[in-house]
Amino acid sequence: MTALLEVRDLITEFPGENNAGLRAVDEVSFQLARGEVLGLVGESGSGKSVTGFSIMGLVDWPGRIAGGQILFDGKDLAGADEETRRSLRGRRIAMVFQDPMMTLNPVLRIGTQITEALHAHTHISGTEARARARDALGLVGIPSPEERLDAYPHEFSGGMRQRVAIAIALLHQPDLIIADEPTTALDVTIQAQIISEFQKLTEQQGTAVIWITHDLAIVSGLADRIAVMYGGRIVESGGIQEVLEAPRHPYTRGLIRSVPSENSRGSRLAQIPGVTPSLARMPSGCAFRTRCNRSTEACATRPGQFGDALAYHRCFHPYEEALA
Amino acid sequence: MTTSLIRRLIQAGFVIFAMTLIVFLGVNVIGNPVDILINPDLNQAERLKVIESLGLDRPIWQQYLSFLHGLTQGDFGDSFVYSRPALDVILERLPATLELALCAMLIAIVIGLPLGLYAGLHPNRLSSRVIMTGSILGFSLPTFWVGLMFILLFAVQLGWLPSNGRGETAELFGARWSFLTTDGLLHLFLPALNLALFKTSLILRLTRAGVQEVVSQEYVKFARAKGLRENRIILVHILKNLMIPVVTIIGLEFGSLIAFSVVTESIFGWPGMGKLIIDSINLLDRPVIVAYLMMMVVLFVSLNFIIDLCYTLLDPRVRLDGKG
Amino acid sequence: MDPKLATVAETITAPPPRRIWPAIRRFFAAPAALIGAIGLIVVLGAAIFAPLLSPQDPYDLMQLDIMDSRLPPGSESFAGVPYLLGTDGQGRDILSGIMYGLRTSLIVGIASAFAAALIGTTLGLMAAYLGGRIESFLMRLVDLQLSFPTILMALMVLAILGNGVTNVVLAIIIAEWATYARTARGTALVEREKEYIEAARCLRIPGYRVLLRHLLPNCLAPIIVIATMQVARAIGLEATLSFLGLGASVTQPSLGMLIANGYQYLLSGLYWISFFPGIALLITIVSINLVGDRLRDVLNPRNAR
Repeated sequence: MTALLEVRDLITEFPGENNAGLRAVDEVSFQLARGEVLGLVGESGSGKSVTGFSIMGLVDWPGRIAGGQILFDGKDLAGADEETRRSLRGRRIAMVFQDPMMTLNPVLRIGTQITEALHAHTHISGTEARARARDALGLVGIPSPEERLDAYPHEFSGGMRQRVAIAIALLHQPDLIIADEPTTALDVTIQAQIISEFQKLTEQQGTAVIWITHDLAIVSGLADRIAVMYGGRIVESGGIQEVLEAPRHPYTRGLIRSVPSENSRGSRLAQIPGVTPSLARMPSGCAFRTRCNRSTEACATRPGQFGDALAYHRCFHPYEEALA
Repeated sequence: MTTSLIRRLIQAGFVIFAMTLIVFLGVNVIGNPVDILINPDLNQAERLKVIESLGLDRPIWQQYLSFLHGLTQGDFGDSFVYSRPALDVILERLPATLELALCAMLIAIVIGLPLGLYAGLHPNRLSSRVIMTGSILGFSLPTFWVGLMFILLFAVQLGWLPSNGRGETAELFGARWSFLTTDGLLHLFLPALNLALFKTSLILRLTRAGVQEVVSQEYVKFARAKGLRENRIILVHILKNLMIPVVTIIGLEFGSLIAFSVVTESIFGWPGMGKLIIDSINLLDRPVIVAYLMMMVVLFVSLNFIIDLCYTLLDPRVRLDGKG
Repeated sequence: MDPKLATVAETITAPPPRRIWPAIRRFFAAPAALIGAIGLIVVLGAAIFAPLLSPQDPYDLMQLDIMDSRLPPGSESFAGVPYLLGTDGQGRDILSGIMYGLRTSLIVGIASAFAAALIGTTLGLMAAYLGGRIESFLMRLVDLQLSFPTILMALMVLAILGNGVTNVVLAIIIAEWATYARTARGTALVEREKEYIEAARCLRIPGYRVLLRHLLPNCLAPIIVIATMQVARAIGLEATLSFLGLGASVTQPSLGMLIANGYQYLLSGLYWISFFPGIALLITIVSINLVGDRLRDVLNPRNAR
């Protein structure tokens, strides 16, 4: 079976000083099968959102995809023309954004914002579009959807707005949804609701999901596989179970250790020393070496991918043992 | 909604009332109405008789009350120059000014809005920079001097367009209009262009600033993520958000166009209210001056009121009953 | 309260003063600002040194020769002196007229903008500091004022008070003070919420002192920017009013009046009588605006790097 999405050595650059390109996404490779859920984990600024937007073809100007391939269903999107990309967006690849308060246009009715997404990809009548919009709202659990179609975004709570955004993402039963921290801006109780509904709906439709987050706890319960990003690179990738139980890369290990759990009660939480360097100050070789207690001179050269396409790490001194 | 509507109406009424006081006191206390209202050639007895007939011997508050009373009847007294009711003299000139201002606004919108949209969507193009530099010139050039240069170039040197008067007019709704005849349109062109100059720059800059703010919003990106076509994003998502400030400005500036038509009308010999008020000030035709000022006050207060209403129609977040 | 303690409190709590030199260097980094500054210097120089530089004293009727009237630019006078920019209907040298006219225009513009800034800023700061009814009354007044276009306010004042230079200055002040008041109050309100003002209040530093030493300096940058732009607007407004025959006296004509004088000759093609004073007006206004534009960029703390 071929992968639904295969990203190969993707590079997304933003222009820096003296025309030097700053790589927000640096030789990122991963693949995703149909119906699979990939957790893309990293701190803010690690390049996980830009990776998502690169796949969507929505990198903000002046950023651009400078190299690599994005093979979706066998076709390369990185070099595709704008109309091809547009016709895929929302139809076969959808996205849910981070802040539901910002993603809906304040001056357009909810119904309009749903039906326009339908009209963008299918030839259907106004009444039919409205009926489908109503069903979509009902699907994500919005009460009295018929009336809510005529409401404006400001009449909805944050959680409701995110449901609307999810309804829009699911409209065309896409093959892939990129969820960019869709619950971070919500209350904890709402978070759980949204996550479980999202999970239920994507499972029903057999949708593959890239779940972008900084929260390992969310990913552990949701994802089949995980990719950990640091400094624009994927430092470790593999099955969720394997990586969480026996992380090979020191950064992954530090990340897992810094999450409070049953086992850590009573003991001090480990923290990774130092801060994430900015793109312009990214060290050569392994990006994590300045914060790593295992780093040696060898780390000044860039580590390659050790392992196969589905499970690999980028570290010269990987941990071999499982987490205690 | 209705309570705040009533509150605003009361506020508007209060402003008009305050302005009557200011204008009345200005004319009757700061200036000496006896000197102004009475022919200096009359002898003492005749003077007293006129003073009595005009009620100038009565206490000031009684005079003010009778002034207010006249106001409600639309009676500002007879013009000294035309020996007819001052309001009639002004209203007769209203169509000419209205026509000029409307035409200028149309030109400003038709030129300013698309250019501003273009400059906002493509801020880094050379053509955008040229547009923006041009708009600075539009702000800095003194309108009246540009008017003179128009006459010099188009009327004197090239002889393409007439520079004085309204030309042929045709009747519609009981008033005479220039835009209904070819000759009238030719006469209308230069003054309208002259009056539009400043507003074009204003609308252009405002549109550009608005576009730049809106395009960076998450909801525009989300609209792209839905796979909408660029035209729909620009014409619906961006333009509708833009309409709020732009319509406000168009409304507000329409009043200011009528006020500024004073200059243009004087240059192009356009027989509107603006030319009338300048002539009246120079001829000390007080009833006409007072009537004009009161009309302007009512016009501006009503305009502001209407703009408030439009706001609520355009921006669902602003409601009159909210604190907004 | 111990004055020493007050000074100590102020030095601890007030934000540090801005540095001047880097700001000046940054100002001239933009070529437009340089052009504006040069233009402004030329204009100011021409106005200040008009009696020394101008070929003729346009107010001295003895120097005018009616034989030289309406000469095109570059022609020689009866006495053999060239009129670079031509002469007007009375045989007045246009160049000299412009230099002297600049004086009137600049004086009216600067004086009225300065007075409006003084009045507006004071009222705005008072509103911000005192709050309550005074604030809401003043701000209502500002809103009302700003809903009327400047030219209408000016017309209203001139219609009531009559024509003349002083009344024009007065009209400009009345038309423009509200902008300053709004800005001053806006900045002061932001500043009022900061902790050092609170600290100053806790130390019972008297109100006027808080106003002058803390609120005013912080409002100064935006006020200076507005004042610069307003000088240009005031010059333009004065010229417009003069052109309409409501402005400056005939004995000391401003640029607007000079342009108006040329209006009657325009149709017969004697363009220079209006054209050159207009160019002078344009250079003045554009120069001031360019300088003001750059000032805004440099003084805006958000743009400081």
